[in-house]
Amino acid sequence: MSSIKMIIIGGSAGSLDIILKIVGNLPINKSYACVIIVHRKPSSESILQDLFSSKTLLPVKEVEDKEMIVPGTIYLAPADYHLLFENKTTFSLDASEKIHFSRPSIDVSFESASQVFRDLAVGILLSGANADGAAGLQKIEAAGGLIIIQDPETAEVGYMPAQGLKLTQNAEVVPGYEIGNYLKQLLK
Amino acid sequence: MLMNELFNTYGYDFTNYAKASLKRRVNRLMIIDRFPSFAELLYRVKSDPDYLTRLIQELTINVTEMFRDPLMFKAIREHVLPILATHPFIRIWHAGCASGEEVYSMAILLEEANLLHKSLLYATDLNPSVIENIKKGIFPMNQMKLYSENYIQSGGKNDFSTYYTALYDWAKFDEKFRQKMITATHNLVSDRSFNEFQMILCRNVLIYFDKHLQDRVLKLFDDSLEKFGFLVLGSKENIRFSPITHKYKQLDNKQKIWRRIE
Repeated sequence: MSSIKMIIIGGSAGSLDIILKIVGNLPINKSYACVIIVHRKPSSESILQDLFSSKTLLPVKEVEDKEMIVPGTIYLAPADYHLLFENKTTFSLDASEKIHFSRPSIDVSFESASQVFRDLAVGILLSGANADGAAGLQKIEAAGGLIIIQDPETAEVGYMPAQGLKLTQNAEVVPGYEIGNYLKQLLK
Repeated sequence: MLMNELFNTYGYDFTNYAKASLKRRVNRLMIIDRFPSFAELLYRVKSDPDYLTRLIQELTINVTEMFRDPLMFKAIREHVLPILATHPFIRIWHAGCASGEEVYSMAILLEEANLLHKSLLYATDLNPSVIENIKKGIFPMNQMKLYSENYIQSGGKNDFSTYYTALYDWAKFDEKFRQKMITATHNLVSDRSFNEFQMILCRNVLIYFDKHLQDRVLKLFDDSLEKFGFLVLGSKENIRFSPITHKYKQLDNKQKIWRRIE
């Protein structure tokens, strides 16, 4: 329990197809937990949870306040809240100001993961039209965690991953359709 | 260290606040107010009592909107107000009301159900500066478009703009709402129950507390709620793992509204 990897996937415009592919490729084991942060409308009833569930045998949950982190689970950041890590076993939520016009913000979760999981954090930044996530990736890198950026050339909207590349040194740059396989190898 | 200082010198107890969020608030404040180090912030807090107001304001979160989470307001309209209507007198507590958007939203709901005349809305917050705004009833004009959309989603049928008067960049809400509001500072961490209510709303406040403090505050709400009264929390908050859970039944419409059944 003490040393699971925490995989945090951040995506915005044009990232949904890639996320579905990644979710479908995640291996069924308890060596890690995965958190997905997608920019979305604040009030919309979530179909994402059902959508992700249809691609994997792993349990998929939208996070509630102070929810326990269970290895081998895929978590979804709820609309209109920032998702933080209280410690290695508990989430917490925060309804404060939007960051980069976004709540949930990818930066907020990346930064929190870097503080709590240090080198066990894995940050993945996907397609998007917004600068959210880049500063957070930098924090994960500084803490010794692994960072993966979707090759902007393969992204529907390359701006967000390009911002990530600007702020970091040693990111693994992987084509969108290959990220699922990459994680499968990493987590097996 | 900062938290000890705040408690020992000023009586504000942040020790049972959720760490992740509080840490973010402190880091954010250090950037905005340009403190080069944590020691400088600590020194300012110790040596300048006037800075306290700002510190409390920035450590606590006062971000909200009118009819935030419109479907929750719709559920109150349809499932809670018809029951409250049978009471001769309605008392509602907005705990952690921040700048009052939720209180005004509720007042509009009551007005439309023709219940405002026999209602009192108690609005409390830890932060003295934000509740001042409730007495003024003034909100930024540029938010009105969003609030109006939320209002319609909550089942509102009127023209939202009939509830306020535009004053340059501000919208001043009708005086009749404010007359039904009672404001006070109240600290959920240290203060006790002060009345008995038919409904208590406390949305997106418990998320900033740790489990232990959440349980204590829920007990305080339980002590302050009439039998068959309603407790309303934020959309991702839950009483499921708290000691009071067996006394409550969640309304079966997915909203975070519980009714006290014993």
